Amino acid sequence: MPSWNVNDQRIPQGRLALFSYLSAAMVIFLLVGFWKLQVVQSVHFADLAERNGIRSIAIIAPRGTMLDREGRVLVDSYPSFSILLLRDNPKLIEKSLGPIEDGLGIAKEDLLQQLDAAKNEPKFLPVIIKPAASQADIAFVESHRADLPVLELMMVQRRRYPHGDMLANTIGYVGEVSEQDMEKNPDRYRPGDIVGKAGLEKQYNEQIEGTDGMRRVVVNSVGKVMRTLDNVEAIPGKPIQLTIDEDLQQVAETDFANKEGALIAMDARTGEVLAMVSRPTFDPNDFAIRIPNQEWAQLNSDPRTPLLNRAIQAQLAPGSVFKVVMATAMLESKAIPANYTVYCPGYATFYGRVFHCDHAHGSVDLHKGIVASCDVYFYNVGKLLGIDRIDQYAFGLGLGRRTGIDLPSEEPGLVPSEDWVERVDHHKWYPGSTISVSIGQGAVMVTPIQLARMIAAVANGGTLIPPHLMKNATDLKSGSFPLSDDTVQQVTDGMWGVVNEPDGTTSGLVRLQNIDFSGKTGTAQVEGFELQTKLGKKLKENGWFVGYAPRRNPDIVVAALVQGGGWGSTSAAPIVRDVVKAYYDKKNGHMPQPSTAENIPPAGASRPLGAAAGAQRP
Amino acid sequence: MKDRPRIQDFDWTLLGIVGAISGMGVLEIYSSTHASAMAGMQWKQLIWIAIGLAGMLLISRIDYHTLMDQAPTLYAAGIAGLLVVLVIGYSRLGAKRWISLGGLVNLQVSEIMKLIIIIVLARYFAEVRTERLTLSDLLKIGILTLIPVGLILKQPDLGTAMVLVPVAVVGAFFAGIHWKHAAVGLILVALLVPLGWNMRRHLKPYQQQRIQTFLHPEEDQRGAGYQIFQSEIAVGSGGFWGKGFGKGSQNQLGFVPVRYSDFILAALAEEQGFIGVCLVLLLYLGLILRLVDNAQKAKDRAGMYVVMGVTAILGFHVLVNASMVIGYMPVTGIPLPLMSYGGSATAFVFLALGLVMNVRMRRFVN
Repeated sequence: MPSWNVNDQRIPQGRLALFSYLSAAMVIFLLVGFWKLQVVQSVHFADLAERNGIRSIAIIAPRGTMLDREGRVLVDSYPSFSILLLRDNPKLIEKSLGPIEDGLGIAKEDLLQQLDAAKNEPKFLPVIIKPAASQADIAFVESHRADLPVLELMMVQRRRYPHGDMLANTIGYVGEVSEQDMEKNPDRYRPGDIVGKAGLEKQYNEQIEGTDGMRRVVVNSVGKVMRTLDNVEAIPGKPIQLTIDEDLQQVAETDFANKEGALIAMDARTGEVLAMVSRPTFDPNDFAIRIPNQEWAQLNSDPRTPLLNRAIQAQLAPGSVFKVVMATAMLESKAIPANYTVYCPGYATFYGRVFHCDHAHGSVDLHKGIVASCDVYFYNVGKLLGIDRIDQYAFGLGLGRRTGIDLPSEEPGLVPSEDWVERVDHHKWYPGSTISVSIGQGAVMVTPIQLARMIAAVANGGTLIPPHLMKNATDLKSGSFPLSDDTVQQVTDGMWGVVNEPDGTTSGLVRLQNIDFSGKTGTAQVEGFELQTKLGKKLKENGWFVGYAPRRNPDIVVAALVQGGGWGSTSAAPIVRDVVKAYYDKKNGHMPQPSTAENIPPAGASRPLGAAAGAQRP
Repeated sequence: MKDRPRIQDFDWTLLGIVGAISGMGVLEIYSSTHASAMAGMQWKQLIWIAIGLAGMLLISRIDYHTLMDQAPTLYAAGIAGLLVVLVIGYSRLGAKRWISLGGLVNLQVSEIMKLIIIIVLARYFAEVRTERLTLSDLLKIGILTLIPVGLILKQPDLGTAMVLVPVAVVGAFFAGIHWKHAAVGLILVALLVPLGWNMRRHLKPYQQQRIQTFLHPEEDQRGAGYQIFQSEIAVGSGGFWGKGFGKGSQNQLGFVPVRYSDFILAALAEEQGFIGVCLVLLLYLGLILRLVDNAQKAKDRAGMYVVMGVTAILGFHVLVNASMVIGYMPVTGIPLPLMSYGGSATAFVFLALGLVMNVRMRRFVN
């Protein structure tokens, strides 16, 4: 047996007992340590634990760019930083307000107000206190991470409209998502998300908005990001290409300058919108960063309605442009012989009431009626056709209903009918109303886009082109209202005469060399004109011109409205001519030079105000 | 004459305490990891416990006297193993601690070295015939201990290296150390600490950092001091009653460093509060007292040394780990026995307890 393996030594019981006591002392020592932390200092550590936490930082997806038909950028996005105020620790915020006021130049009162406004939202959602941080602001936040952990930076993608107010009403603008939208899409939107609010930004919001990413980070008690829990990359929005031609748009915008009104230029074969103007307008860049409440209220309540897209939303009397519908109805319905002639002494009496004409036109047939825009001729045509037929053709040619353009909030306009009057005004149709409607006054209301499509339809034999702004759009449906060749020929000859014949209402002022430019003028009284005249306010009529080229099966159709512009021939027609000219210049390889409508000499006579009711200017 | 040791002679009380501690460990591992990429770790830990139990049974069958007969061979094999680790060891997290045994099994030799040092030193102390250890005894014990300590430090694994020392210290205490020698030893340690501090350039950067952090935690709340600071936050915020199972924000959000292993006591302290910590530490005290009881009842001094060697290592683990969690000691990577997740460490504890069972089962055998 080896020497060590002999049980000849007693076990040191005393020392083992001592070891036990030491072990117990060790455990007591440790328990005292835990007691200090968990009982004595537990409040302090609970506070520190609260400052440890998860922060969710959104990665904002850039919205898709908008390009014109040739790929030129109309709208894009750029990265910028927002400064967030984290609200999960009220005590910390209180201490930080002073330094934030000094460092970022945001008044304490403003900060408190913003915090108060957000008090019902969950605490973990931060408040954006500075949407567009400057370099100095960013540096301030970065350098005060330790002592101002309530501040955080968020990279955002802001919308940029490099052309400012060009095409603004069509493009629309973006803004913070509304509560209704959030309720409809609770999974998609959170407060503060940017969505399209109007125009194309709204229409194609789903395509261009992309999907925001999210980075969840763990921050420690001094606000330092310790690690990233997960990182979902943002998916950028898809770019969209528009049918807009920036060159034509520029020409139209320049011509409009500060005039009030609208213009729409379309490819008359496809319905592609080449240019769209609405005046007065706004700068969508103002909305890209949070728009100040005051400025928003001003834009929204401005009586000149700068936010309205007049090309699709202005519902106005078409004036003499409506005579194209009358002529078409007369020829197509065959209710009146094509060689119908009227003697115009400068006025006519119907149902005991005198209706004026601009001139005494003498003997007038259909061609002269269109070319010289003789009201008396069309009063008679209207009386013979009756409101039902007028209604049928106006509606058939697309008036009084939406064109279906890919923009939100298009207005339908109105073509009055007997039914409508009975439904709305609860009385029978007055035959005298038919006389007013015959020259595009009275209850008839159209939008510029409807007139453009109507004229194109008459010139192409009855195809109602589908107006659209999205290039390569699928699912486009043309309407059809077939017209006989004979009708098309006679009416388009009339419209050719308006521009090119010596007695045309444009007096030959908008003729274009080598281009078969045609069209129809309109000068429409503003609703309530009589009343306003009585009040002594001088309010000029709305000038209309819808032009197209060539004479039949046109390439391009352009409708222009100059509100308060007076004669359509002098206010609207030159703008349309410039756009059509630019279109052909470009087609022939010349880059268009924006010209202005101002250099066109005004028509000889200025129209006297105080004209009798129903009198219609060419 | 020799009776066969019987299974009834197992220390069932000890096993009960071990089961309770292991069970709390498995639950806390589940709580710490179920919501993370490491979910399911508790099953691995249970498998290790099962393997440990099998190993315990096995080692309890081999008479500890037989093991002690082989002490020189075991010691030589252990040292050889440590050298192999240094040369061809499998490197993980910047330290060479594992030998690949093929497949997924990586053997941490230093854990086995703990068992070997218990047996080797028990044999040495049992051979001492005098009432007091002589200086030459102390020197030999020192050399026997410091060779593996040095090799393990070289891996580098400061924690495991340190763990070997208490086996020698506790053994010396029972073998009878002259108070003068003890005093000189203490003075030497007191002198060596500053000397070691001056030698810190020879330490790995992370070791320097850990010591620096321990000495000045407030200077480094975002770096290495972060671990201790976060551990303290977790423990302190747990309060008296705790935040509830699976509800500790510091634990669940991962602020507690290696919350399933070295800092599992911090995770438990947050979720179960001071009450839970009391339960755990008292269970450990019960474990130690039960081990001491086994030492008292050992048939011979050799058996006592074996049991107390195991006790010294386990006690040291608990002391150092719990102290680290509350910021009383630097981060050394010493796990909490039976609770911290870890295959080799868990297996070691059960094998060590197998030695204790071994001694107990043979107390009446002659």
